[in-house]
Parts: sequence; C-alpha cells; structure tokens
Amino acid sequence: MSAYIPVIGLEIHAELLTKSKVFCTCSAEFGGDKNTRCCPVCSGMPGTLPIINQTAVEYAVKAGFALGCDINKFSTFDRKNYFYPDLPKAYQISQLYLPLCINGLVPIEFEENGEKKTKNIRINRIHLEEDAGKLIHDDLNGVSLADYNRCGIPLIEIVTEPDIGSAEEAKAFVEKISLLLQYAGVCDCKMEQGSLRCDVNISIMKPTDTEFGTRAEIKNLNSIKAIGRAIDFEIYRQAKLLDMGKRVVQETRRFDDNRGETKSMRSKEDAHDYRYFPEPDILQVNFTDEDLDAIREKLPEMPYKRLERYLADGLNETDAKIIVNKKILSDFFDEAVKTYSNPKSICNFLIGELMRRINLGEIELEKLPFSAEGFAKLVEMADTDKVSKNDAKDVFRTMCEKGGDPEEIAKAAGLLITNDTGKVLEVIEEVLAANDKAVAQFKSGDQKVFGFLMGQCTKALKGVCTPKVIKEELENKLKSI
Amino acid sequence: MDITALKIRDMRTMLDKKEISAAELTDAYLDRIDKTDGSLESYITVTADEAKAAAVKAQQVIDDGNAGVLTGIPLAIKDNICTDGIKTTCASRILENFVPPYNATVMEKLNAEGIVMLGKTSMDEFAMGGSTQTSAFKKTKNPYDQNRVPGGSSGGSAAAVGASLCAAALGSDTGGSIRQPASFCGVTGLKPTYGRVSRYGLVAFASSLDQIGPVAKDAHDCAIILNAISGYDYHDGTSAKLDVPDFTAKIGQDIKGIKIAMPKEFYAEGIDSDVREAVENAAKWYEQQGAVIVECSMPSLKYAVAAYYLIASAEASSNLSRYDGIKYGHRSETGDSYSDLVCNSRSEGFGDEVKRRILLGNYALSSGYYDAYYGKAMALKQKIREEYAEIFKGCDVILTPTAPTVAYGVNENISDPAKMYQADICTVTVNIASLPAISTTCGYDKDGMPIGMSIIGKHWDEASVIQAADAYEKQFAYQPAKI
Repeated sequence: MSAYIPVIGLEIHAELLTKSKVFCTCSAEFGGDKNTRCCPVCSGMPGTLPIINQTAVEYAVKAGFALGCDINKFSTFDRKNYFYPDLPKAYQISQLYLPLCINGLVPIEFEENGEKKTKNIRINRIHLEEDAGKLIHDDLNGVSLADYNRCGIPLIEIVTEPDIGSAEEAKAFVEKISLLLQYAGVCDCKMEQGSLRCDVNISIMKPTDTEFGTRAEIKNLNSIKAIGRAIDFEIYRQAKLLDMGKRVVQETRRFDDNRGETKSMRSKEDAHDYRYFPEPDILQVNFTDEDLDAIREKLPEMPYKRLERYLADGLNETDAKIIVNKKILSDFFDEAVKTYSNPKSICNFLIGELMRRINLGEIELEKLPFSAEGFAKLVEMADTDKVSKNDAKDVFRTMCEKGGDPEEIAKAAGLLITNDTGKVLEVIEEVLAANDKAVAQFKSGDQKVFGFLMGQCTKALKGVCTPKVIKEELENKLKSI
Repeated sequence: MDITALKIRDMRTMLDKKEISAAELTDAYLDRIDKTDGSLESYITVTADEAKAAAVKAQQVIDDGNAGVLTGIPLAIKDNICTDGIKTTCASRILENFVPPYNATVMEKLNAEGIVMLGKTSMDEFAMGGSTQTSAFKKTKNPYDQNRVPGGSSGGSAAAVGASLCAAALGSDTGGSIRQPASFCGVTGLKPTYGRVSRYGLVAFASSLDQIGPVAKDAHDCAIILNAISGYDYHDGTSAKLDVPDFTAKIGQDIKGIKIAMPKEFYAEGIDSDVREAVENAAKWYEQQGAVIVECSMPSLKYAVAAYYLIASAEASSNLSRYDGIKYGHRSETGDSYSDLVCNSRSEGFGDEVKRRILLGNYALSSGYYDAYYGKAMALKQKIREEYAEIFKGCDVILTPTAPTVAYGVNENISDPAKMYQADICTVTVNIASLPAISTTCGYDKDGMPIGMSIIGKHWDEASVIQAADAYEKQFAYQPAKI
C-alpha cells in the first residue's frame, strides 16, 4: 500500500458530575430504576421550560480552563432538531454559534516506533448540551422501550482540530483528556458506563496532497482500545480504496468491536439537517472577569502542578509520572503522605509493592481493601524498624488479601519487632549453648559458621528485633566467649 | 340585574357584602353557558363540578374574611394553558385527550387567589390563526353576530367574555392572539411585556413571542388579573426578575399632557376606512383631554408580517416536534416503523394550518435557506425594535388600530392564508419588540360590529396603557352583545 498521512479529529462527549440535570432539578446520578429520574421538563411535556443549571455551566468552564481554552464571556444556546424516540422534545439544547469555550491546547506524550514524542493538539471548542435517553430493544416481544433517566444529564462536547495523526496519538489524547477532566473534578470519565464517549473523524491524504481527503465519521467508541483499533482499521480501509483507484465516501460508520471493523451507518445524503436556531427559552450566559476568576480559583490542582510538587518532594520523574497519570492513584498517594509524611518512602513502596500487585491482577486500584492511612502506616513501620523490610511485604500481602490494620496483622503473625534486649541475649545464649561445636569452630577461626549461627538466632527471634540488632549482639557475645 | 354582566370589582363588592354567594355567581355563569354556548361554542371543556367545588371553597375564604380581589371570581382559561388533571387540548386532535400532570404557573397563582375556573376555552389549533376556525373541536362564533368569527387565536376567551360566559379570561398572545379577538368581540385584552408573566405551562407556539395575558370587560379588570399573574418565576428563565407594580395604580390619573404617537404606516392602505375613522376619532378625543398627538413613522412595518411568520413558524416547527405520538397524545393505529408511526400520528393529529406552518418553519431553518429567511427575519426583528425605540423617544404610548377590519364571516379568508396572515399587520410588531399593548373598543361599524384600537406602551409600562385605555372606556358608550 502507498504511504498516506491520516488526518484525525475527535469529538468527545463527557457527562458532567453535577448533582442535578442541566435543565431541571432531577437527579443526574448514573442508573436508577427506569424512568424514575425524570419530570415533566426532561420528559418534554407540553408547556414545560428548561432552566439552566449554573453548576453545569461552571463545570464546562472548568473543563475549558483545564484544556487551555479561552472562555466566551457571552455564550448562547441553540436547538438541534431531529426526531428520535430517546429525545422527548425532538430537539437537543446545545451550543452551535457561541460555545462556552474555544481555542484550547492539550499537550500529549506518546510512543512512536519505540521513540517518545510530544505534540500539541488544538481544541476547537467545548460546548454544553443535554444527553438523550436510552432505548432498550426487546427483540423477544418486538418492542422498543425508552428510559428517560439519562435525558438532560449535562454533557460537554470537546471538538479538536484535525491535528491527530495516528491511533497512538488519538489514544494518548483521549487518555490525557480523561486525566484532565478527572483532575478538574467535572467528569468521572468511565468509558464503560458511557460517561466519556468518543467519535472519530478520519481521512487520509498522500504526502503530496494539498487538501484533506474525504472523511468518515466513526460513532460512539466506548474504550480507548476501540478508538485505536477503529482508527487503524479505517486507515487500512481507506488506503485500500484509494490504492484500488476508488473513492472514500463521506459517511457515518459504526465500529464492530467483535470483528474489529467499521461498517457504514448512513451516507451523507441521509445525514440529518439539524435546522439549528437560537434557543428562545434560555437567556444568554454572561460572564464578568470576576466570575471567570472565581471559577478558575475553584479549579483543583491539575496534573502538571502535581508533578511539580512530587518532583520537589524528591520523587524521580518516572515514578512521579506513573502516580500523576492515574488520578485515583495520585489521590491515594497524597492521602498516604498525609498520614506518614515521607513521600519518597511511600512512593517506593507504592511503585514497588502496590503497583506490582495491581499489575499481577491481585487487587484493583478502584477497590482497594485497605485505606491509604493503613498503607502509610505500614510504610512507616518498615521505616522505623517496627517490622523488617522483608516482613513488611508479607504484611502487605495479607492486607491485599483480607484488608486490615498493618500493626494488628504484624502482631498476629508474630512479625512485630519488640526490641526486648533481655529476650535477645537469652535466645542467643540458648542458640550458642545448643551449638557448641559451631561456636568452637568459629572460635578456631572458621568465620563461615557465623552465618549458620546468625540464621538460627534470626529464626528464633522473629518479630523480636531486626537482623541488624541480632548481628551486633551475636558478634559481641561471640567475642566475649 | 344580570350578575354575569358585572365587572370583577363590582362582583367583589357584592361577594364581600354577602349580597351574592360565590356559588350563586358560579351557577349563574354555568346556567348561561348551558343556554348559550351550544351555539357560541366558546368552551372546549366546561368544568362544572370543579367550578362548584371551587366556589364552595372560595365562599369559605370569603366568610372567614380572607378574600383576595379574585376570590370566588369565575374565570375561563384558554386551552393551551396547562391545568393539573384537566384536559388541555390546544384545540388539536393530537392533544385531544392530554391531561397535564401539573399546573401552569399562572394557574398556581390564580388558584392561590381562590378563583373559580369555569372551563377551558377554544382557540385556533396551537394558537395558529386569527379566527378560531382552525380549532379541531369548537369553531367559536362572534357574540355580536354568530355568522362572524370571534377572531383568534384566543377567540374562545374573547367570545366568552363578550357573551358574559365568564367574568374574565386568560388568553395568550404570540402575534395579536389576545388583542385581535378582544377587538372583534368588543372586549378589552392586554398583552403584557415579554417576561412579565411566566410562560411555564403555556404550551409553546413561538417561545420568543408568546405571552399570557387577560381578556376582560375593561382595562381595570385586565389590570386586576395582571396583578395576580405577573412576576418572576423560577420555572421560566425568560421571566423578568423585576418587582411587580400595582397595575391599577395609574387608573384615574389625568391623561393631560401624555404624548400619543400614531405611526402613519398603521393608518395606510389596507386598513378599512370605518376602522381608521374610529381610531382617529378616539385620537381626537384624547387630544381634547389635553393629550399631545405625535406624528411618526415605522418604515419597516411592511416587512413585519413576513418577519413574524418566519420567526414564529421556525420556532413552532421545533416546538411542535415533540408531538410524535410516542409519549402522549394521538398515536396512529398504523405504521410499522418508528418513522411511519410518527409520520402517521402527526399527519392525523395536526390540522392543515398547523401543518402549513411546520412546513414553512422547517423550510426557513433548513441548511442553505437559513440566512435568506430566518437570518433576514432576525435582522428585521432588530430593525423593528430600533424603530420602536426611536418612536418612544418622543412619546409615552402609541395608538394604532388593532385589526384592519371588524370581524369577518365564518367562511371568509380561511382558504387564503396569505390574506389571513396580512391581517396581523397591526399586532405582530408588538410581539417582535416584546412590548405591552392593550386593545379596547373605540367604536362600532354600521352593522354594530365592534372596532378595536390598540395602545402600545414602553417595556414594563403596562400601567400607562391601562391608564390610557381606562380613561377612554369611562366615557365610551359601550354596546354589549345581544346574546
């Protein structure tokens, strides 16, 4: 196949974490019994009117700040008209002409042919709109049922410029967006639950071409992996068409996850004419500089700030990035440092032990059986010789399996170091008495048996003191004989 | 004495003095409806049982000495205002059996005042029309001549007031739908400033233009009702966060020195000479009282009807899309696919005029036509607003005819939509500019048909148009409909 340059733009829909819906006071929580979270407004009853949720506006602006956007001080809503049974008003309230946020920039890092690269992806706009309901198709009874619980959940749509050049870049971008939105506290970005959804616009062109090729839009990709696979397939499909002298048709396609292929949904001719016009029921949004400053101040610590902080705390860059790039991990880390303020030590145990067990699939970061406080306590115990470094790993394994307090676990397992000097001397004397041959060997200059004696003492003194103390006491005792 | 012919404030006095009871008053109206509405057809639904129960409750409040201005007053409500548990049809087959699970904000307010609702009045289907002949259920007649239309779209409300089948009524006005039928039926109708009255629960026709307002025997009664229904409402983001003044406050104040503008385009060709003469005579009367008549011009008036029909139809096409037969309302018996079912339900449920406007609105918003139609209409809206602002720099109120003609015959015009639309020339600019305006009777033609004049005020200045209309009404020889 000839070499083509892929030109990719993304449209990402993210559900905002507001308590109530965007145009009424119904709960915006995920799930719930069918049609229990709706009212005359979000189910489109005659005569009802939308009321804008100011928190949703604030969250959309926060997302704008997080993605380096300019905020339009004057913003308006528009109606997007189309018939579909999951859309009870038969129009979606959205923003076409004056969206809340424009002109953003998001830096991404990705690997290409084993090489680390960085790139900036431009954001065209972020606008606020309402989600539609869900249809449940009952093939057995041949009916379709509508659940309006999701109707009116606030969504932001993030639209990029066509700056993305590969599946790797697209995946890195979506991961970055997901991270930024989570840090901004505006979306939980659970693709499997649909709180983050992605459409891909993709065309390919020859390096000598001056204009973009004809694009296809791939709808509703619900995992990072699917985004990558869909893009790779689409590049392959379009390249094959062009190589055969055929043309790419402008159309909307759907990705079949099982077969790893995209399939045509509807052609350009069947595309909706949305007949957008200004929403007359909602007044425009006006911001003063003070309003925007106030929202910006509410923006939580963003990932790059956290990275700076971790580096200042002495973490190395590789480790710091691993932690920062998972908000839940980073929050866990910060929580742990609150209990035991030794970031480097916490980091080492976290990267070494916690991540290892996560990678082994033994535990899930989202459902840890122990608290950050307990985790920190264990690290502190190891650092202060309350438990040996090696035993700390055993205690941690128990915590991963059953949860629990590290001190109690160590105590129950007899791993807690008591530093009882009397007991140490007593045991050493017992061991030496029971091994008089070895003692004689040592005394005659055979240093090798020290290891054997040390081993015997350590075994008998498990949980009483550290090997370091045993070694000292044993050496002293042997000298004195 | 016929108590149904009384003004609200006279009924109030009698109720408070226990000269009549709320139940007697309600029964008097229900009897009259029973006798005359069979042919007049002003009500789609008469809620006799609910009315009687409300009257008993109201009487208790009166007896306890807690009566407000509207306690026990029997009112009629246009059938596009949602009433909890009571059918709200918009005079359309598609909502024939629609029972709202909630009250419009205006109903909450009126119920809190202790009104007695007599029923829901007929209208043009979805408020689209000026004759009430597009109603799917009751094609209301004019109380002055039952061979003529009552106007529209609030024709049921205006006819019911004109025929004394209610003390007063609520209507809605998108392009003249309160003022024009008030004019045809010889009563007074007020369209408030956009944002004065909550639209929550008013089934939307054109959201940027719709406004609920009173139809009553005179301007004073209109003011009393407006006092009760006005004010900011959390449920309507376009309702204004303004204090509500007492709209009766300026009633009786001297009109000497007020400046009345008469834009010449409103008195040009196309306005019947009887109408023009009657309004000009009213202007002379105002002048005799010391008012100053100001000449002025509104050059864009000739484009107003076109702009209005593009904006209103565009919004309507979107607002009426929700009637798909899926969630509520008429659902077709036929149609195997979703799109067939929606098409069939809508084809069967909507009347011709509604379909015409949906088509027009969708066309105006379509990709490739938007700029030429909707875009231009919006530019004209801006122009008209500016021209009003300019005129108001030199006057307090504006005086125009309410309609180019008196009420016409029931079968006239209906087949000529363009002619029907043009008849809205005198009223649509008020909605486009969000202004308040009142229509009251200023004369009768040779057949005894009422002629209406409109007094338009500045934004939020309903009090001045009420004052000016009231002053005229007090000296006017009113001729009630003989029905």
